[in-house]
Amino acid sequence: MNWLTEVRWSPYVVGAGIGILSWLTMLISKKTLGCSTTFARTAGMLEKLFKGKQVDEKPYYQKVQPKVDWQFMLVIGIIIGSFVSASLSKDFSWEWVPDIWAATFGTNILLRLGAAVLGGILLGFGARWADGCTSGHGISGTMQLSVGSWLSAIFFFVGGIAMAFFLFGGLF
Amino acid sequence: MTVQKETKSKIDYRPLWLGLLFGIIFGFLLQKGGVTKYDVILGQLLLRDFTVLKIMMSAVVVGMPGVFIMRKLGLIEFDIKFGSLGKNVIGGLLFGLGFALLGFCPGTIAGAVGNGYLDATVGGLIGIVIGSGLFAAIFPKVRNGILQWGDYGQLTLPQLLKVNEWVVIVPLSALIIALFVLLEVNGL
Repeated sequence: MNWLTEVRWSPYVVGAGIGILSWLTMLISKKTLGCSTTFARTAGMLEKLFKGKQVDEKPYYQKVQPKVDWQFMLVIGIIIGSFVSASLSKDFSWEWVPDIWAATFGTNILLRLGAAVLGGILLGFGARWADGCTSGHGISGTMQLSVGSWLSAIFFFVGGIAMAFFLFGGLF
Repeated sequence: MTVQKETKSKIDYRPLWLGLLFGIIFGFLLQKGGVTKYDVILGQLLLRDFTVLKIMMSAVVVGMPGVFIMRKLGLIEFDIKFGSLGKNVIGGLLFGLGFALLGFCPGTIAGAVGNGYLDATVGGLIGIVIGSGLFAAIFPKVRNGILQWGDYGQLTLPQLLKVNEWVVIVPLSALIIALFVLLEVNGL
């Protein structure tokens, strides 16, 4: 069982595994792989904690109800699966600032956290605007040959490459 | 007309433990692929390391024929999202800007949490939830305007090109495999 304790697998093996996983979720659970709606449900559930039931009346939460569903459990599962994989290969580590970030912006934790929050806001907002993320559009939608998903996936990378070169292209 | 269909509630309670089980497998694979790491994702966006693209495109090249055959056999139904230029282009760009700043996407950030990365756990998760909540707040203002701009509903590539689906699947798969060969030959 050496392969379980290896730190990295070939990206082609990992990708093929995710492709087969897509067959199984569609066949067994009648669901496609996707993650970002879970964060909108979480936002709704947190709003309900403070504002009560009136939150359910918001048009967006009529469409995406603030409840724990299949995809919410999928996202919880990802945390567990990643932890198991990282633990088996001794690749688990507590880290605040990643290397590429530190090489340009230094090891200040608050600066990195600020960027992560701001990036998260843009990402979460953009995922709802586009109605999907790198898994929902980028993998599930593209394999069903959806035009909207292919366009979204292309523009995820157009925006991402532009921002990455702005941040790390030598301007700072 | 698509607005009507979309506003129908979509909650469902398919066995939740199956969602958890599939998630564990998904998270395991993402971690083994290295994409729970900021440096691997930024390596892709800086065009130095093509791991992310290789994983996504091999998922598509393996997943695609399987789901089309299963649909042909009547075993599954497709779930195609309603799209428009306003949604997919603008939303895609905003998502992309955040993707590079955060260094994770909504799926890989869950994996990053499980991998111990605290910038994801403490900063990123909060940001994504805030961003999602902000969109819910402005949704009534954009849903009949900019989100409908250039609407094409559930259009697929075979419908757009007016060809049989396999006329798209086969050349697209060949193209993806050619891309892999090109990347490997160039040591990327």
